[in-house]
Amino acid sequence: MSRIARRFAALKAEGRAGLVAYLTAGDPDIETSTRLFEGVAAAGADLIEIGMPFSDPMADGPAIQAGGQRALKAGMTLRKTLALARHLRERDADTPYVLMGYYNPIYRYGAEAFARDAVDAGIDGAIIVDLPPEEDAELAGPAREAGLDVIRLATPTSDDRRLPTIVRGAGGFLYYVAIAGITGTRSADSGAVREAVARLRRHTDLPVAVGFGIKNPEQAAAVARAADAAAVGSALVDRVAQNLDGDGRAKPGLVDAVLGEISALASGIRAARRERA
Amino acid sequence: MQTLNTYRSGPDERGHFGIYGGRYVAETLMPLILAVEEAYAKAKADPSFQAELDYYLDHYVGRPSPLYFAARLTRHFGGAKLYFKRDELNHTGAHKINNVLGQILLARRMGKRRIIAETGAGQHGVATATACALFDLSCVVYMGATDIERQKPNVFRMKLLGAEVVPVHSGTATLKDAMNDALRDWVAHVDDTFYVIGTVAGPHPYPAMVRDFQSVIGNETRVQMQQAEGRLPDTLVACIGGGSNAMGLFHPFLDEPSVRMIGVEAGGHGIDTGLHAASLNGGRPGVLHGNRTYLLQDDDGQIKDAHSISAGLDYPGIGPEHAWLNDLGRVEYVSITDKEALAAFQLCSRLEGIIPALEPAHALAHVAKIAPGLPRDHLLVMNLCGRGDKDIFAVAEHLGVTL
Repeated sequence: MSRIARRFAALKAEGRAGLVAYLTAGDPDIETSTRLFEGVAAAGADLIEIGMPFSDPMADGPAIQAGGQRALKAGMTLRKTLALARHLRERDADTPYVLMGYYNPIYRYGAEAFARDAVDAGIDGAIIVDLPPEEDAELAGPAREAGLDVIRLATPTSDDRRLPTIVRGAGGFLYYVAIAGITGTRSADSGAVREAVARLRRHTDLPVAVGFGIKNPEQAAAVARAADAAAVGSALVDRVAQNLDGDGRAKPGLVDAVLGEISALASGIRAARRERA
Repeated sequence: MQTLNTYRSGPDERGHFGIYGGRYVAETLMPLILAVEEAYAKAKADPSFQAELDYYLDHYVGRPSPLYFAARLTRHFGGAKLYFKRDELNHTGAHKINNVLGQILLARRMGKRRIIAETGAGQHGVATATACALFDLSCVVYMGATDIERQKPNVFRMKLLGAEVVPVHSGTATLKDAMNDALRDWVAHVDDTFYVIGTVAGPHPYPAMVRDFQSVIGNETRVQMQQAEGRLPDTLVACIGGGSNAMGLFHPFLDEPSVRMIGVEAGGHGIDTGLHAASLNGGRPGVLHGNRTYLLQDDDGQIKDAHSISAGLDYPGIGPEHAWLNDLGRVEYVSITDKEALAAFQLCSRLEGIIPALEPAHALAHVAKIAPGLPRDHLLVMNLCGRGDKDIFAVAEHLGVTL
């Protein structure tokens, strides 16, 4: 059983949903980012998304765009992101790590080498935003061989005609994008999320995580009542931005502030009683 | 050079030209892209769609554009017989309107009332704003803040035409960032919005669809050259940013082995300096904006800034069909520096009384290199794809003139 499957099985046994926490690797600098990621699991995240910075993140809103720019400016690369994952994995054998980003850096690295090196570094899955099912074969093949889950996205535009294409060959869990829009710009409507998750469950047995548009513990709790996990990214990356000084350097309280936010989100989710879908 | 039975059958049903092209978009957009593809296939098979487009091309755009024998430049170069395909005489002053009208008619058929577009030099934005005014559609144009600064007249034109021009500050604030923001807008307005892409790039079906709409350039050239000289041209030259004017001129001739084709990329300060916009001559294959193609990028796969005196060529990618034709060797791709383009810009103004846009000035600068060495019966066609009114302020600044 993969780390992702084990974690969702454990959450189910606990009778609660999980918290997926996203941070961009290397944001705001490599040292601070490392300290942040080291604390994410202890702060209450059940799965960790490690954002791979990209110069042209076309599905991301201003918060994550800015986070990526800070990371690139700090010298972050895909190679260093994998090194960061390896470092984290040495300290934590159980928390699933999922890379999230865009295809071009992976294509440049080489899809086969990427899948192999990612698994070797302790990565469990990858969400590649601009790689729809029609185009993901060249990564999915090597990923399957290496044991890396390619995690697919479903969205409000994924109707019953589209969903079979999405779930065929999907691994790990299904990531439901709760808003038609880019990250961090709108709030997800919990009624609509509930309906969408119910519809997804008719198409797949995979766990469903819901992300895009979850900004605070209350919204996370509402999503946790319907889905298997709630993913939060922009709100955390925003918290990073709020703790930079005028020159863009990390203020002393940055790590505590971001991890505190993760704890609050985790408490919200743990307090929510999970309803049967 | 690999020989195929035809170079004109691409893309395959999934939008690939060899390894290039495809549909690398966020899942939210996939159903929309599939709907555009379906609607375009239906329109293409419907004679009334082409008839409607032809009506507007004839009566609104002013097609066919002339194929003009540039006698003084021909004498000046002292070699090949130079013809200009005068797409700068189109309504709105460039070839962009050919494609925009096609896409707007398609958007109308799909019942979309809100149009978005990206623009670099502003020509595609102006063309889109124009067609939206004509058909009473709401129009939002994304334009890099840097480009807004260097293309003020076009920004004002778009506003006069009723469009909203949204300045893009993200990334490098140029054309690629405008395209990112247009895609972000589309993801957030999936129900009512049609994205009019301005060049032969983006996710399938755009590269093929834009090519089809721009092929009117090559189709007319073929007929006009037959009338003028009784035969096919020998060499075609066109500038390339994304590559839509070049593809429109080249595509109808791809299966004529006697016709040589040259695409001219923007060499900026020179390929060696790293400050250029020549994706084929100075880039590597990658994935951006919905397609796999040649891109300016670093070893980590991060997209690099393009540099060109011409805002319309200032893009770090190129249409996927050009990438494919480059690898096959069917079309040659060269580059011209800012300086060479500026010289050609002035030469064309003085000798022909035509102020060209900086974009086709790149094509003319390459013509200036090859024409003198070609025989006098060699028929050379250059696509004069835009007029230079929009560029006079930028050119004046480069020449040290205060207006």
